[in-house]
Amino acid sequence: MTTLQTPEATTETRVDRRSFLRVTAIAGGGILLGSYIKFGETAEAFAAGTAAETAIGNFIRITPDGIVTIIAKNPEIGQGVKTMLPMLIADELDVDWKNVRIEQAPLDTTKFQGQSAGGSTATPTNWEPMRRVGAAARAMLVAAAAQQLGVPEAELETASGVVRHRASRKEVKYGELVGKAATLTAPDLATVKLKDPKDFKIIGTRVTGVDVKDIVRGQAKFGIDMVLPGMLYASYVKCPVFGGKAVKANLDEIKSQPGIKHAFIVDQAGQGGLMGLLSGVAVVGDNWWLVQQARRKLDVTWDEGATASQSSEGFASQAAALSKQAPHQNLRKDGDFDGAMKSAAKTAEGAYFYPFIAHAPLEPQNTTALFKDGKIEIWSPTQTPAGGRGIVQSALELKPEDITIHISRSGGGFGRRLSNDYMVEAAAIAKQIPGVPVKLLWTREDDITHDPYRPAGFHYFSGGTDASGKLVAWRDHFVTFGSDGRPVSSAALGGTEFPARFIPNFVIDQSLIPLGVPTGPLRAPGSNGIAFAVQSFIDELAHAAGKDPVQFRLELLANEQPAPAQAAQPAGAPGGGRGGPPPAGFDGKRMAGVLQMVAERSGWGKQNLPKGTGMGVAFHFSHRGYFAEVVQATVSKDGAVKVDKVWVVGDIGAQIINPSNAENQVQGAVLDGIAEALGQEITIDKGRAVQQNFNAYPLLRMRQAPPVDVAFKITEFPVTGLGEPALPPVVPALCNAIFMATGKRIRSLPLSKQDLKWG
Amino acid sequence: MAVSFKVNGKAVSVDVSEDMPLLWVLRDVLDMKGTKYGCGIAQCGACTVHVDGNPTRSCQRRVASVAGMNVTTIEGLSSDGTHPVQRAWEELDVPQCGYCQAGQLMSAAALLASKPNPSDADIDQAMNGNICRCATYLRIRQAIHRAAQMPATVGSGKSNR
Repeated sequence: MTTLQTPEATTETRVDRRSFLRVTAIAGGGILLGSYIKFGETAEAFAAGTAAETAIGNFIRITPDGIVTIIAKNPEIGQGVKTMLPMLIADELDVDWKNVRIEQAPLDTTKFQGQSAGGSTATPTNWEPMRRVGAAARAMLVAAAAQQLGVPEAELETASGVVRHRASRKEVKYGELVGKAATLTAPDLATVKLKDPKDFKIIGTRVTGVDVKDIVRGQAKFGIDMVLPGMLYASYVKCPVFGGKAVKANLDEIKSQPGIKHAFIVDQAGQGGLMGLLSGVAVVGDNWWLVQQARRKLDVTWDEGATASQSSEGFASQAAALSKQAPHQNLRKDGDFDGAMKSAAKTAEGAYFYPFIAHAPLEPQNTTALFKDGKIEIWSPTQTPAGGRGIVQSALELKPEDITIHISRSGGGFGRRLSNDYMVEAAAIAKQIPGVPVKLLWTREDDITHDPYRPAGFHYFSGGTDASGKLVAWRDHFVTFGSDGRPVSSAALGGTEFPARFIPNFVIDQSLIPLGVPTGPLRAPGSNGIAFAVQSFIDELAHAAGKDPVQFRLELLANEQPAPAQAAQPAGAPGGGRGGPPPAGFDGKRMAGVLQMVAERSGWGKQNLPKGTGMGVAFHFSHRGYFAEVVQATVSKDGAVKVDKVWVVGDIGAQIINPSNAENQVQGAVLDGIAEALGQEITIDKGRAVQQNFNAYPLLRMRQAPPVDVAFKITEFPVTGLGEPALPPVVPALCNAIFMATGKRIRSLPLSKQDLKWG
Repeated sequence: MAVSFKVNGKAVSVDVSEDMPLLWVLRDVLDMKGTKYGCGIAQCGACTVHVDGNPTRSCQRRVASVAGMNVTTIEGLSSDGTHPVQRAWEELDVPQCGYCQAGQLMSAAALLASKPNPSDADIDQAMNGNICRCATYLRIRQAIHRAAQMPATVGSGKSNR
């Protein structure tokens, strides 16, 4: 990219208020097409408030030899965005995918909009704008060909990087048109003609990930693989109790260890709270293994602080006490809950719990940084490079223009790298050693014990059905974490969350427990816990009413009341994502569509399963996606759970952009959810995380992975994202299957801690 | 102390502590970054290499213990990237984040070297030590079966199978 910033000549054409394309001649005779658009006008349902013109950057480079390079702007964390966004541009540009090169962009907020990975937002926010960039470039090449051939544009067509005159069959390659195109007026991005979807050649086809060839050869570069000349390696040791401070340490002894160059205490600084720069001890040396050897001898006196008194056990007893008291807040109240419960034919109550869990992406947190002449250059596997820059800016007291951030490929994200604590730690260490590049690498133990955990949650439900079996009353007293009426990150339950609007007498109350443990978004934040509780309790009510769980849900979905206008989700509530447009309201018909389809595909109600084997169903709407899932599971008499098969049907709109990756993402999300349900829990004791590595915090292994049947219901709705929404339903679907298999209702996770013996 | 061994057929000698794990010798001394660090306690398999043909967690293998032996890493699994597992992984678009895949490929290649036509149960057993956090297990299993059907190529003959 840097070579593009020093073009030999620049020709800017047609600047209007709404949008313009910048055409720049570059060294070597190629052109690059960049676009500056007023974001809110070119794609529907965009976040309100983006009033100012926003630059979204330089995306396409075509050189005279015909090589097309497309810039991938967003961080690649395994969600496939480095392949998907360029596919959108390439299809409209009408080039063959095999002739396209992909380059990862660095953070550049003057050129690109929304360079982040989170909330399944890349698809809904880029589906049209990226296509418009490709279409505008194609239009310019067509106009150039019209001039060169002396024919009207209307007589020209494009395919595979060639403009062709229909009547004469004369052809001009794109590479031969770049000089002329660079002198032309660019079309208006807002009105440039897009392809009819039936003419897509790349979108909708199975495209292999752009880095797969390098990955299978061990050549793909992740953040951890960064090397700079003269680089040193660092560890950063924080207090095991969250937010504790380093008072003193045996720094001289550490500095005398083999290969150790520096050891120093770093003070807490800047923004970010528990996910910013915390107090700790930096150990820096010639190689990382020597640093670890020295670290074993480190003796730090910590001021543990107030969080040292917190524990999972304490949270549970506080929640139980709060559940018996009047709630701190009411989030929603429809109808007459108490009256409906009195006249209900059947009622049920259930106290549900899900634990703290960690993200544990397989590449441990790391960042390489070089501080020199008052400026810092950073190479980091991050989901939010702009967020990282903000934290580095505040902690190091630098100007934003003095911070350069290169986006490394991430070995997994899952929301963990939305926090940039490791980035600011590396920056703070590098600042102490000016002119020397430093790679900070966390141990796995650092990672699991200092994660922005998925917050635990407690739901105290009561509900009732009438004589016809219809769900008429629902109350959820949600006991979560926070203070002053504000839940901590990812611990909020929105007043619009399903089943709001589907039950006439409906109450959501909330009470808060103060928390000193960091929390943050984990894949399908909020939803990954809420879906378990809500869809399990719906199952309880279905059985109480004597109804089939699918039929009961279909009847519930048919009971939709219109959403009030402007029903906004509170910040941080599930489904809202981060930085993306507000989600459309839950549409009961779309959910009924996927529920019916998954019931058919799974043979729901038609199978005669032996005792110990059962099928469970659940659905959930999050990140604009509608997913219904059926799990078949077998529980042995001694209580061991085996997931036999999962069926998934999703509705994410009118187009599956890359079916290969879409299927991979859904299968991965479903297996991720199964892993969470089976055995994952972070226990807090004396203000610190008990589990430290994969021996105590089990990720899924191959023998536990069941077949996952994936189908998409194609609808006429806008195209939306896929990293997250397939995860939430599988957890309650599995628990509901266990109920069918054993008669045991799962109200607490993980399953490894429940007694599932039967017979 | 100096330790001499072969990496991907090439003789190397490193002057490091004999306790240094092979993983960190490969990554930070020999600058071969294909082999990954995931847990440091042989739980995840991201660091899997072959030592004299046997799949080995290099994070728990002292470098002194491979003196005189043949170490094969992902970079040397084939000379040209066409080992059947590499081709099958590409054909089926297996990776998501890709971080674990070097270890997965090394374990899969070792399995196929000892069992050219593995069953699902064989695969589950051989691959049990390799975690994929993105959970691409279904495609990994499919790709191993696919690789088993593929002819070996010239490029794959160089590994320590």
